[in-house]
Amino acid sequence: MAAPVKSPVDGAVPAMQKLTIGKALNLGLRAAMEADDKVIVLGEDVGKLGGVFRITDGLQKDFGEQRVLDTPLAESGIIGTAVGLAVRGFRPVCEIQFEGFIFPGFDQISSQLAKLHYRTQGKVKVPVVVRVPFGGGIGAVEHHSESPESLFAHIPGLKVVSCSNPADAYWMIQQAIDCDDPVLFFEPKRLYHNGQLKSEVDTTTPPGPLFASRVVRQGTDCTVVAYGPSVKVCLDAAEAAAEEGRSLEVIDLRTISPLDLAPVFESVRRTGRLVAVSEASSESSITSEIAARVQQECFYSLEAPVLRATGFDTPYPPSKLEEHFLPDLDRVLHTVDRAMGW
Amino acid sequence: MPSPEQWTHPEPGEGPAAQAAQPSREQVIAGLRNTDAGGAEVTQLLTPEGERIASPQFDRYISDVDPEALRGLYRDMVLVRRADREANAMQRQGQLGIWVPLLGQEAAQVGSGRALKPQDMAFPSYREHGVAYTRGVDFKELLGIFRCTDHGGWDFKAHGFHPYTIVIGNQVLNAAGYAMGQKFEGRVGNTDGDGNPSSTDEATIVYFGDGATSQGDVHEGFVWAAVYDAPLVFFCQNNQWAISEPTERQSRLPLYQRARGYGFPGIRVDGNDVLACLAVTRWALEECRHGNGPVLIEAFTYRMDAHTTTDDPTRYRLSDELEVWKHKDPIERVRVHLARSGFADQAWFDQVQAEADAFAADLREFCFNMPEPPPERVFANVYAEPSPVLDAQRDEYLSYLAGFVEAGER
Ligand SMILES: Cc1ncc(C[n+]2csc(CCOP(=O)(O)OP(=O)(O)O)c2C)c(N)n1
Repeated sequence: MAAPVKSPVDGAVPAMQKLTIGKALNLGLRAAMEADDKVIVLGEDVGKLGGVFRITDGLQKDFGEQRVLDTPLAESGIIGTAVGLAVRGFRPVCEIQFEGFIFPGFDQISSQLAKLHYRTQGKVKVPVVVRVPFGGGIGAVEHHSESPESLFAHIPGLKVVSCSNPADAYWMIQQAIDCDDPVLFFEPKRLYHNGQLKSEVDTTTPPGPLFASRVVRQGTDCTVVAYGPSVKVCLDAAEAAAEEGRSLEVIDLRTISPLDLAPVFESVRRTGRLVAVSEASSESSITSEIAARVQQECFYSLEAPVLRATGFDTPYPPSKLEEHFLPDLDRVLHTVDRAMGW
Repeated sequence: MPSPEQWTHPEPGEGPAAQAAQPSREQVIAGLRNTDAGGAEVTQLLTPEGERIASPQFDRYISDVDPEALRGLYRDMVLVRRADREANAMQRQGQLGIWVPLLGQEAAQVGSGRALKPQDMAFPSYREHGVAYTRGVDFKELLGIFRCTDHGGWDFKAHGFHPYTIVIGNQVLNAAGYAMGQKFEGRVGNTDGDGNPSSTDEATIVYFGDGATSQGDVHEGFVWAAVYDAPLVFFCQNNQWAISEPTERQSRLPLYQRARGYGFPGIRVDGNDVLACLAVTRWALEECRHGNGPVLIEAFTYRMDAHTTTDDPTRYRLSDELEVWKHKDPIERVRVHLARSGFADQAWFDQVQAEADAFAADLREFCFNMPEPPPERVFANVYAEPSPVLDAQRDEYLSYLAGFVEAGER
């Protein structure tokens, strides 16, 4: 494992802060840059503008143009040069403006970033973080609402994570930067500035390791597993279910590759039921993988097949239709009903 | 040497069968155009006839190349060619899965490679065996890639020689990033008392082919290096062909002229002239060390063998073309120059040849005895940090394999 995350420079970040996910990411980046001057941030518009979502707001002002690079507009260039910078000893954090634009960089991610360590028998480390705002629900035009994380989880050599709350956002970004392996960091863009999620973040102690899923609500009737933006949907669904006397256990996956399914297995053995939730299309996805592994590990505990509430196997629709595409509270509850009624 | 007009090539209409076996008219034209010496703009210091041409601009970059140093360059090229031929033969004998020959590109590789300093970094494509040799990477370390026992495990830092890159163009961006790092760390633009680059200043060189210039990554590499003034020398070996596609399929413009569009100098050098390649690359590296940013070098050369051992160049190029380029052989012109100038005699040439033969024999023996990697290598080093999931997969597979041993099947 990588060395524990260095605590931020004294006084840089107050010990307790009420933060949104977006602000927590910003402070997490700041803490990482303060702790290690090899950490650099690069991407389109990340400097003066602070990124189109303002996640890198103020960083260039404080760390200079050589540590926060407004790059030319080319994703392969962003990833490809980050690989070279990492070979040189830097710890680059790339921002991809929107997930739908990561594909020009896919070649560098899959051919170089993911494979250099393996190819060189461990002689080249590429500790690059690629930050990717992802997911729908923001009423955007095409290519701004997708969930391509499964494509990256399928590539050996990469690690893929997603956060769903401010404390994780603050700490997971620092832990990802500290990781010696390349990490694809999927950020739930529609929750960046969600005031409901604003909460106290303890900036002195991380809530846990990076590559571990976590039970975020305990329950006894059915397990619901999700990550990123869907975690909030599932927690809201669990709240609603509780009013009707049904007890849902909600697990935030947090890490998508490597998948940490031990808490899921443990939970399913108690509840006997699992609903996996994700905005991504269902075919050949993370939820498929979860279903396969859970039936393999928990076959005799299952009272119902693993069911899924996901985006459909269509391109992301025009956003006037996204409420139909995205698994919402009602669809999650409906799927839970099906599992319970089996 | 026959002039282009004297070459014979098929006329259209000699019958469908004959036509099918012949290169198309466009290919004939492309081939003929490319065998032009590279145009008036090419920098040359040693002619194919072995005559030294004075160059006001570049002579100072090879003022230290005395007869001994020149013999050294000759020896480098002979050893590299001999090893390349041995590897090619070993592929034919089934000892290597594939080989990527560099025949004809020895001067471009040795000249540019010898221009580098230990602190510099080279990012190769997959044909840069000659550069590897100049960086002190043992030829034997390259063989594993082609015998398919590994992907290239040399110590890249110790040698200043990055792993081979097979995806066309990827390494150009990786090199741009590395060079940006050199700049960010303040390793360029430092001068000694006389205004020369300091001895610790660094530069990066990246190798790619003429075909690669069509890739987006190469374009992006040009953009990045330019806007960040990265100390990066783009070394394009224009060997006239990208497998079967002629340079005309990649560009309407001589490749070196593209640099202008990105705002840095581009220069075409005779890639079969080891002195010119050495001088021009040293100049370009010095530009980088001064902090003046990138330079594009187009080494105008020719691949005198197949693209790889799986290729059949008779399907797309004329034998006449090869014959013309044989007259421009990069090694022969140095030999003639050394002999005419009295810098080397036959006994010395014989001695270098004997050394090259021994080099090749050693390589052959190593190749034949190369151990197979153990099955656990499949799982090794996927991640820098431990991976319990992969460890479990490995253990399960190894115990599955052990079952065969117990059953006496393995
Ligand atoms: C992205 C990509 N596309 C296709 C290939 C297959 N391929 C390997 S070498 C080659 C031709 C390259 O020509 P050039 O860049 O001129 O280099 P040369 O081999 O002549 O040195 C091709 C098409 C590849 N390796 N990578």
